[in-house]
Amino acid sequence: MWQWLVRLYHRLGSPKWFYDITEKWIPWLAVLSGLGMLAGLVLGLLYAPVDYQQGNSYRIMFIHVPAAILAQSAYIMMAVAGAIFLIWKMKMAAWVAKVLAPIGASFCLIALLTGAIWGKPTWGAWWVWDARLTSMLLLLFLYVGVMAITMAMDNEDSGFKAAAILALVGVVNIPIIKYSVQWWNTLHQPASLKLTEKPSMHIDMLIPLLIMILSTYLLFALLVILRTRNEILRNERKSKWVQERLVR
Amino acid sequence: MILQFHSVSEFIAMGNHGFYVWLAYGLTLVILGWNLLQPLFERKRLVKEQAQRQRREKKHAPKA
Repeated sequence: MWQWLVRLYHRLGSPKWFYDITEKWIPWLAVLSGLGMLAGLVLGLLYAPVDYQQGNSYRIMFIHVPAAILAQSAYIMMAVAGAIFLIWKMKMAAWVAKVLAPIGASFCLIALLTGAIWGKPTWGAWWVWDARLTSMLLLLFLYVGVMAITMAMDNEDSGFKAAAILALVGVVNIPIIKYSVQWWNTLHQPASLKLTEKPSMHIDMLIPLLIMILSTYLLFALLVILRTRNEILRNERKSKWVQERLVR
Repeated sequence: MILQFHSVSEFIAMGNHGFYVWLAYGLTLVILGWNLLQPLFERKRLVKEQAQRQRREKKHAPKA
């Protein structure tokens, strides 16, 4: 078991191994996430019942909730990758952390925008300085900060180091986002999905939501792989294996 | 599972919430579309640059 883990770690650290194995994953991830989203949207937009309080505006949930989940997952992954880079100096980890920032920021922006649009008909305001909304806005600023620091340093390595430290410090914000709806009296509704409890949602709303969450994770994996492969090409362009694969 | 709308216009109207629903979905499509296209264009550019570089190096390499 331990040896297997060590081997996996060394493989993941190898840009060549990552580049070659993900080549085979890309079409599968593209097809599965595309079909999943199509199914989730057809079920969510056409078949899920109307909410008795919010009417049809609640259908924004099928993109808002997956985007918000991914924005937080991506942040944790970015911090873990940053820690791996700081501790073991693994180049691949630095590149993955670097590409996770704009992707996570995009999901965070989607969550904020769709939330604001959902808020208007539901609360009567596009924006309120509510604990959940404010902590999500802070998450977006953290992503932007990580991107800016990565690019700001003259020495690429010190840029990665400073970005990793900021990412790790910012992890404090993640439990704040999660518990904001419990700790403070907020306008934002409490979590619709909990791992420990039976969902209160109608099953015909729950199924499309779960399909959308899964498909969004697949799309996220695809986006991370595409950007990481570009990062590998840019940094390893002098190595023989890259030259062999690009020009035949 | 029952179809919730009886016509296309009813579906687009979303019971007076059409503007909000479609604005949210439209913005999401734009942001995700950009996220998908950006790395594809970037790859094209990198491959092109690499081909040019390799051609140049071949040209200037001393002949054996």
